[in-house]
Amino acid sequence: MSLDADEVARIAHLAGLAIDEADIPEYTTNLSNILELVEQMSSVDTAGIEPMAHPLELPQRLREDKVTETDQRELFQKCAPKVERGLYLVPQVIE
Amino acid sequence: MWEVVIGLEIHAQLATESKIFSGASTAYGAAPNTQACAVDLGLPGVLPVLNKEVVRMAASFGLAIGANVSRRSVFARKNYFYPDLPKGYQISQFELPIVERGNIDIELEDGAIKSIGVTRAHLEEDAGKSLHEDFQGMTGIDLNRAGTPLLEIVSEPDMRSAKEAVAYMKKIHSLVTYLGICDGNMQEGSFRCDANVSVRPQGQQEFGTRAELKNINSFRFVERAINIEVERQIDIIEGGGEIVQETRLYDADKNETRSMRSKEEANDYRYFPDPDLLPVELTDAYLRGIEATLPELPEQKKARFITDYSLKQGDADVLTASRALADFFESLVEASGDAKLAANWVIGSVASMLNKENLDITDSKISAEQLGGLLQRVIDNTISGKIAKDVFEAMWQGEGSADAIIESRGLKQITDSGAIEKIIDDIIAANPDQVEQFRAGKDKVLGFFVGQVMKASAGKANPGQVNQLLKQKLAP
Amino acid sequence: MHDKNVAELSAGLKNGDFSSEELTRVYLNRIESLDKDLNSFISVTAEQALAAARIADQQYKSGTAGPLTGIPIAQKDIFCIQGVRTSCGSKMLANFIAPYDATVVTRLNEAGMVMLGKTNMDEFAMGSSNENSFYGAVKNPWDLLAVPGGSSGGSASAVAAQLAPVATGTDTGGSIRQPASLCGITGLKPTYGRVSRYGMIAFASSLDQGGPMARSAEDAAMLLNAMAGFDHHDSTSVDREVPDYTGNLDQSIEGLRIGIPAEFFAEGLDDGVASVIQAALQEYEKMGASLVDISLPNSGLSIPTYYVVAMAECSSNLSRFDGVRFGHRCEDPVDLEDLYKRSRGEGFGAEVKRRIMIGTYALSAGYYDAYYLKAQQLRHLISDDYKKAFEQVDVIMGPTAPSVAFDIGEKSDDPVSMYLSDIYTIAVNLAGLPGMSIPAGFVDNRPVGLQIIGNYFDESRLLNIAHQFQCETNWHKQVPPGYE
Repeated sequence: MSLDADEVARIAHLAGLAIDEADIPEYTTNLSNILELVEQMSSVDTAGIEPMAHPLELPQRLREDKVTETDQRELFQKCAPKVERGLYLVPQVIE
Repeated sequence: MWEVVIGLEIHAQLATESKIFSGASTAYGAAPNTQACAVDLGLPGVLPVLNKEVVRMAASFGLAIGANVSRRSVFARKNYFYPDLPKGYQISQFELPIVERGNIDIELEDGAIKSIGVTRAHLEEDAGKSLHEDFQGMTGIDLNRAGTPLLEIVSEPDMRSAKEAVAYMKKIHSLVTYLGICDGNMQEGSFRCDANVSVRPQGQQEFGTRAELKNINSFRFVERAINIEVERQIDIIEGGGEIVQETRLYDADKNETRSMRSKEEANDYRYFPDPDLLPVELTDAYLRGIEATLPELPEQKKARFITDYSLKQGDADVLTASRALADFFESLVEASGDAKLAANWVIGSVASMLNKENLDITDSKISAEQLGGLLQRVIDNTISGKIAKDVFEAMWQGEGSADAIIESRGLKQITDSGAIEKIIDDIIAANPDQVEQFRAGKDKVLGFFVGQVMKASAGKANPGQVNQLLKQKLAP
Repeated sequence: MHDKNVAELSAGLKNGDFSSEELTRVYLNRIESLDKDLNSFISVTAEQALAAARIADQQYKSGTAGPLTGIPIAQKDIFCIQGVRTSCGSKMLANFIAPYDATVVTRLNEAGMVMLGKTNMDEFAMGSSNENSFYGAVKNPWDLLAVPGGSSGGSASAVAAQLAPVATGTDTGGSIRQPASLCGITGLKPTYGRVSRYGMIAFASSLDQGGPMARSAEDAAMLLNAMAGFDHHDSTSVDREVPDYTGNLDQSIEGLRIGIPAEFFAEGLDDGVASVIQAALQEYEKMGASLVDISLPNSGLSIPTYYVVAMAECSSNLSRFDGVRFGHRCEDPVDLEDLYKRSRGEGFGAEVKRRIMIGTYALSAGYYDAYYLKAQQLRHLISDDYKKAFEQVDVIMGPTAPSVAFDIGEKSDDPVSMYLSDIYTIAVNLAGLPGMSIPAGFVDNRPVGLQIIGNYFDESRLLNIAHQFQCETNWHKQVPPGYE
């Protein structure tokens, strides 16, 4: 499977990544090579094989419904790029 | 000639103390981001752990609608970027939801019963909130709501009018509040709905292209939003146009729906099983345990009210519309000892007062026990029903208990025949013309005398006694 | 002092031969003078280390010290430590001061260990050479032209050069074992679920596992004792008793059945490495073990399977780095999309972006079945191969990596050839099994690691088997010239 520049641009958009125009050819080559490696998977028939999402065959453990967390806004917002009056600021969201 | 097709996706916020995957509080109205813990913020390295109550609540809902509660359900990630979605994905359920295939019966206007299919109900986390005002052209993000547990209840496209949609939504609302799994508060967004609306020519098999109306948070708006959207779609089609599949927002102020630009782009959510969470496995014994503790549901309660309290179908409908109202009624029956009187009061005075002040039964300024005290005074003839209404208003204004108000205002009914006789004698003496008329066979004049006596006694004379004594004294 | 093992250091501290503060200064001085060449640390936390050492010294005085109290350790920069920059090797988190402690960090603090600093790594643990770090490549102390392996290359290099007695690492597809092999140290990836992942910045959640990196199996066992255990913050953490991993070290391995998978000795394995591994296996035979030929027929597909699973998970795990709540944010974003795309485009390096893009693609509409679902099915087959093998044998052995450390720059332009260097390690992560790498010899003065793979929760046995080898051989005692 080989990708073209448009597909690389589409994937980058879906992945929320800005890619420099100049780097697109390199990404196109590298990603196509990786996909070629990945294509080897199709050599095995996996019809009827249960997909394995997880190495452990265990069920989800459940937590008691208790409030255990306290307000740590000040601490958490120390590492935030832009906050005002306790809110995280982003460019305007248009709905 | 146009048939309307509606399916609803209802988001019911589950009434837990803590969030679905973290120990942060779900309490409404806290200062921004003070209830967003490390997990809710999606800080690097944090992991989700599922809240036990959330599973119990979803399973209760499934059992209550006769659905299949999955013995094994899986959480998946729904990937998209949005500032109110901290991790860049929402943890939801996709291929294996916890509840599948149930039914809800609704009553149509003509009294017929229609069954609406519930395709599925799945657990997911809520997103945060965007605040647009007052940040120099920027948007502020509050993540307190992020991670609040939601049960998304998805219906089949079985509804054929806005009225049916409202009836369905009300039915679900009553069910989740009965179960105690959702507080049902629509102003705070605890219960909200998206409506998928399309139209097709009568008789056509395939569905028309649908529009999704987002986040409608009142019963009234659901009806209006759907009707206005249906009109819009019919206008377009009849004008030779085509409906675009899109997400639309209902603007209640302008009573119109409009396209949401931010969601315009076709999304590819890339769902896949969340590797941080393992499958939720429920045993038969667990489900039997939940079934055994399910509270009485609206239909069962209605039937019981009709049998136990000899209520009329219509009254039972009203009284079981919400669990809180039904509980109030039953407490009142216990406090007063008279079911019929209790029903009349709840449906009458209590309902109209709540309506006037736009309050919920849970906000009633008179408790069922207090009101029971008032009703007892009616039953034991201390006051008349009419006076009781005045006492009720005074109680509502916080003037104290029924007995205290009756006492302080001197409202005790006059049952002493001597006292009533004296009033009657005075009135007979003062109105000889009317006495003549009555004795000449004009029975209606009795009403005049009753009115005069009641007036003279400031309404306190026992009406039964007044009637009886008047008849005796006016007899020729 | 720096040439002593952990047990000796612990005894020295207990006997008062030296204080933890003195010991800590020895290592801080070594880092100061020797790490300029190696670049194995991203941050050195000298002040905090000395403060912790003084507390440890108090604990020795008051009699409350444990076996690891006062022992210095280097932490891979993937573990969140409150108040300390936690960069994960990325520009994205260059200014991220973590506001909380990872569970592993809490446990090690409780054990009284003294953190010297945060070690260099491939960005977000994505790499096999440590060249993908925003903070520069790490050098291999055995040869400064060679890579140390990755992604825990900083930890491996630091332990090999004796800049720290022990270090933490994480292993998603070989990131503890492969650098341990390339740097000539002992590294253990525990069973998935044995060590908490809470606070360990996620690369691929169903594969990631933290573990010890040390100069011997005994040291690794002591460190694992403190790292392992159930954590209620991690849904994938297993609630199972933690044995004393030092308890079985001295047991005889007489009668041990060692599985030798044909697929691990096929084309692609360097001849020199093959000879070293053969010699190590003969050593085990001498010790009373028997070698059993086995087959892991789906091994050939483990690389594509692994990369699809890992990239799909990472594409989603790394979505939270969006410039809103923490991490790099681009200058003056014009709108929301610009904020996301430029913050992420600038904050992530090329390999991370490649993996996010392939993962995004593998999960996208129309490709999910052919890529992601297919990989999950193959994961099942690969995992079953191991389950069957463990019906026949007690452990599986083979090379950790197909070659010794390669030169810096040799594979950095070709991601696919880089991925192939994980060929022997990644199936272990797909299956969730424990695996170790221990020093077994040299080729051209570069170390060779022997990989030992165990059944689920068999860490004790692995450590015992490794320790017995280290009782008979001196490979683990070799120190790179210039770092004695």
